[in-house]
Amino acid sequence: MNAHLQPSGSAYFLSAETQKPERHTLSVLVDNEPGILARIVGLFAARGYNIDSLTVSETEHEKHLSRITVVTVATPKVLLQIKLQLERLVPVHKVYDLTADGKALERELALVKVAGTGDQRVETLRLADAFRAQVVDATTESFVFEVTGKPSKIDSFIALMVPLGLVEVVRTGLAAISRGAEGM
Amino acid sequence: MAEQMTGAEMVVRALADQGVEHIFGYPGGAALPIYDAMFQQDKVQHILVRHEQGAGHMAEGYARSTGKVGVVLVTSGPGATNVVTPLTDALMDSIPIVVISAQVPTALIGSDAFQECDTVGITRSCTKHNYLVKSVNDLPRVLHEAFHIARSGRPGPVLVDIPKDVQFAMGTYLTADEIGTSRHKSYNPPSQGDSGAIAAAVDLMLKARRPIFYTGGGVVNSGPEASETLRELAELTGFPVTSTLMGLGSFPGSHPQWMGMLGMHGTYEANMAMHDCDLMINIGARFDDRITGRLDAFSPNSVKIHVDIDPSSINKNVRIDLPIIGDCGLVLEEMVRIWRSKTNEPRTEALAPWWEEIAGWRKRNSLGFRNSDTTIKPQHAIQRLYEATKGREVFITTEVGQHQMWAAQHFHFEQPNRWMTSGGLGTMGYGLPAAVGVQVAHPDAVVIDIAGEASVQMTMQELSTAVQYRLPIKIFILNNERMGMVRQWQDLLHGSRYAHSYSESLPDFVKLAEAYGAKGIRCDDPAELDAAIAAMLDHDGPVVFDVLVEKDENCLPMIPSGKPHNEMILPDFAEDIGSVIDAKGRQLV
Ligand SMILES: Cc1cc2nc3c(=O)[nH]c(=O)nc-3n(C[C@H](O)[C@H](O)[C@H](O)COP(=O)(O)OP(=O)(O)OC[C@H]3O[C@@H](n4cnc5c(N)ncnc54)[C@H](O)[C@@H]3O)c2cc1C
Ligand SMILES: Cc1ncc(C[n+]2csc(CCOP(=O)(O)OP(=O)(O)O)c2C)c(N)n1
Repeated sequence: MNAHLQPSGSAYFLSAETQKPERHTLSVLVDNEPGILARIVGLFAARGYNIDSLTVSETEHEKHLSRITVVTVATPKVLLQIKLQLERLVPVHKVYDLTADGKALERELALVKVAGTGDQRVETLRLADAFRAQVVDATTESFVFEVTGKPSKIDSFIALMVPLGLVEVVRTGLAAISRGAEGM
Repeated sequence: MAEQMTGAEMVVRALADQGVEHIFGYPGGAALPIYDAMFQQDKVQHILVRHEQGAGHMAEGYARSTGKVGVVLVTSGPGATNVVTPLTDALMDSIPIVVISAQVPTALIGSDAFQECDTVGITRSCTKHNYLVKSVNDLPRVLHEAFHIARSGRPGPVLVDIPKDVQFAMGTYLTADEIGTSRHKSYNPPSQGDSGAIAAAVDLMLKARRPIFYTGGGVVNSGPEASETLRELAELTGFPVTSTLMGLGSFPGSHPQWMGMLGMHGTYEANMAMHDCDLMINIGARFDDRITGRLDAFSPNSVKIHVDIDPSSINKNVRIDLPIIGDCGLVLEEMVRIWRSKTNEPRTEALAPWWEEIAGWRKRNSLGFRNSDTTIKPQHAIQRLYEATKGREVFITTEVGQHQMWAAQHFHFEQPNRWMTSGGLGTMGYGLPAAVGVQVAHPDAVVIDIAGEASVQMTMQELSTAVQYRLPIKIFILNNERMGMVRQWQDLLHGSRYAHSYSESLPDFVKLAEAYGAKGIRCDDPAELDAAIAAMLDHDGPVVFDVLVEKDENCLPMIPSGKPHNEMILPDFAEDIGSVIDAKGRQLV
């Protein structure tokens, strides 16, 4: 770059970030209507927020309500903005930071396809049993396992399957809910 | 009583029921049924624009000057994409507008049909909310809800996209009352602030020694009563008041407690007081970067109170000690009530040292400039315009650039809703159409667009709209033959290499005005300026006034990048602004 094109100043005032990013799980209660997912995802994209995991499904059919679970990584200041910006969206009822309010229950489901023969198959089944993974499809040279649990458990299971002939994985993304009697 | 009608008729009916008298629009294939319905009624008057961007800014000017919702009607495809700029502008500046866009028939959506575009997709991030209406039975509810959302809470733009078959379809029309509360139970904007927090705020105010009110566009959004209450509270407390660009007019410019605008091009006294205060009371302003400058050096020793209707404005840029979420008009009333219940003595003595310090800053005369007998100085031109229109019902709009800042500094407002400018997005081309919109709402007022010769060319064609509807807007061009604001930044940051910041091949604005059927006036002599301004004001019709001003005047004072508030460039030492930013400031990208 020519020296004279080096930035010599700016119309903006930038200061260094001092806070550390944290990983939080947010539960978002929304009206289930066309475009709602695009609104949520578009907001994250437009404002430069991260999405690590996202799950959506209608949870109360008569009331047309869906629950969206988003896992994001951000500094505390940005986390607050994410919550408040989501709440500005007209069809959003409530945003609940499950991580801020103690340890929430977090579960994920994965379907894991593993191909192999002979001793490998025995070892695969032994490990699957240890992880309480169900066989949902089997051929003479492959299995598809269904495994649920915390994401870290699924990560470990997948890691163990790699040397045993892992073919492919699909994961649902996180479903999360708070502990105790209270709802959101 | 529920009535059967077509979707197109519902649109017109809902507008009338919402109290809409004027809409700004441009027809096209997909919108024809609505245009046909418009043709057959006389409750809602349609103003035909020359470009849909113009319609959007007109609606913004109309809305900002009346407090009502501005309405736009456009066709599908290019009609809709042309309103993206004003939608974004309205979102940034919290202006309530409703845009009705036509869409290709439902069955063709997604087929790349003629003049199809994904309007709701394109406008999702530049509206407060938007809708694609796929069934005529949803239409009445959506239309009424659109108005409710646009005007309530933090106001903003709402778009309703209506496919052509839905415009033709028959359905049952319901009024807003018949429909009841909006379907979105999730939408509940706050109104009353927390009374405990307000009481705590008053306690802080009673103890403050160096307080300041930092007021913003939210006061204008709240309505004229909020400005009156602000004035009452300011007088009760005896605190100084400054305002953002968007809040100008919410506190009288002639008031002794008025400090002028703050921020990058604000007064020295306002910025120094913000920097040195011990209590900052933000009423409906959003700590924009033009205000805060370097965040780590922003008002380091103050306790900060922030009153805002949008929780996401609080703690977004600046850490707040005492947030109050609610409508600032109501919160101000409550503050007045509590203050009165605690004391009826102004704290004149306790605040005297603070006012003394402020007087010292004021003496720097930061808005001063060197006048000239031979060339018209742009600041002088605005001062003369201000003097010439004093006492009349006057509304000012602006384009974007130096002229905008000079207008903010040298034109003074006694009331809210008299100053229309594009603050957040900074849209060149805003002012002329905004002036048209203001004049539609206030036919007998003096409406002036203070313009730059570059900006005004972006939406010049709306002069034709002004001529058609006999709207006597005055376009006051401070013609420096440069994109002055860009030229100034190039001097500051880029070694005076003026890459494309000239206005070349400028039209003859007098002839251009005449070609449109308007009046053109030119003036380049300070001695003739007053007479020329008088001629402009006396003309009963649109005027383009080409004021040839000093070409290389800098807009000062200014907080340069990398500097905190208390290190402004003041007019007295600013011969070479290129030497002002130090090495540290140059590191900022
Ligand atoms: C070239 C250029 C230079 C500029 N330089 C300056 C400058 O020097 N100084 C300056 O001030 N600006 C300047 N601006 C404008 C700046 O970019 C911002 O637009 C402006 O400062 C924002 O004003 P505001 O904080 O009042 O917020 P607004 O954008 O008006 O926002 C209003 C705030 O009030 C809240 N609100 C809305 N309604 C209510 C209600 N009823 N009750 C309570 N709260 C409510 C909203 O949630 C929002 O937080 C400049 C712009 C341009 C284009
Ligand atoms: C639509 C748009 N494009 C570009 C800009 C960047 N910009 C800001 S000010 C300015 C120059 C404005 O020149 P002029 O209208 O002549 O006003 P002056 O600064 O000379 O008073 C430009 C190009 C903008 N604000 N808006």
